[in-house]
Amino acid sequence: MATYEKIATATVGSGGASSIDFNTILANWTDLQILLSARYSTVTLTGYCTAAFNGSTSGFSIRGLYGSGSGTPGSFTTPSNFVGEIVGDNASPSTFSNLSMYIPNYAGSTNKSYSVDSVGENNGTTAQATFTAGIWANTAAITSISLTPNSGNFMQYTTATLYGIKKA
Amino acid sequence: MTVTYEAIQSYTITGSPNTVTFNSFSGYTDLVLVANARGNYADALGIMRIRFNGDSSSNYSMTQLYGNGSTATSARVSNQSSFGLEYTSGNSDTANVFSPVIINIQNYSNSTTNKTLLARTNNAGVRTVAQVGLWRSTSAITSITIEEVLGTNWAVGSTFSLYGIKAE
Repeated sequence: MATYEKIATATVGSGGASSIDFNTILANWTDLQILLSARYSTVTLTGYCTAAFNGSTSGFSIRGLYGSGSGTPGSFTTPSNFVGEIVGDNASPSTFSNLSMYIPNYAGSTNKSYSVDSVGENNGTTAQATFTAGIWANTAAITSISLTPNSGNFMQYTTATLYGIKKA
Repeated sequence: MTVTYEAIQSYTITGSPNTVTFNSFSGYTDLVLVANARGNYADALGIMRIRFNGDSSSNYSMTQLYGNGSTATSARVSNQSSFGLEYTSGNSDTANVFSPVIINIQNYSNSTTNKTLLARTNNAGVRTVAQVGLWRSTSAITSITIEEVLGTNWAVGSTFSLYGIKAE
């Protein structure tokens, strides 16, 4: 088995998608990584997406850090299942956010921690870079992951790929 | 087929070691070190000390950006005897909670440039941290040691995995 392997990819079509779902994730790897390029339909500059693991949005908590290029950087803890930045449909045309989510030891018997880096740059007055430390207080192996925008739908050309990483 | 991303070595803590060492990683361009770590310090946090080639002289500096859920802060340290990545989970943290740490070390084997690292440290109960570090040595990196600083050892179940990336 390759060390770094694509498990599944999702590309949103013309009808949009209320969420991106990775189901039936086997315990064949050590860690998971999701790379997301997203835009969502709400007419705003930036927004965010949240996660559900195994169909649950309960048991999450985060520490987030953001900077917008103006004013004072900030830190936050809600929503508790926050993942990262996505750009809204008032952002520059053809512009999508960039997000990387890393979940180590996703199939192990410990609570599930994750690390996210995300940016929503659009050459405008409002854009954000965000770092997230998250945890799902559940010792079950992760077998499904859903990402959902905070409102509206993911727009066409949004892509997300799930990779598995196998340690030595 | 050329393998680009390769698992080199990994450790899963079963005893009570204070230090983990990687020292066999020739032939790559860049390194990625992923930890899911918990220390035994009597608090909900720990510090991961990283040294290259066993160097404990004052050749390390770091700049941090971190958020604790309410405040964003930036800090810098210079002329240190190691990189100090904070905060991983500690002994009084909720059971079965480990902190994801992701470290990128680019162009580690050249003998021309000083060496840098990018690190993300995540403790969802304390803070999320983005750090850049400089090791003022042009020596090729031939060993990486990872030490728990605040306590006496890494907790059982902590994992440390090293991956190599090859440019063509």
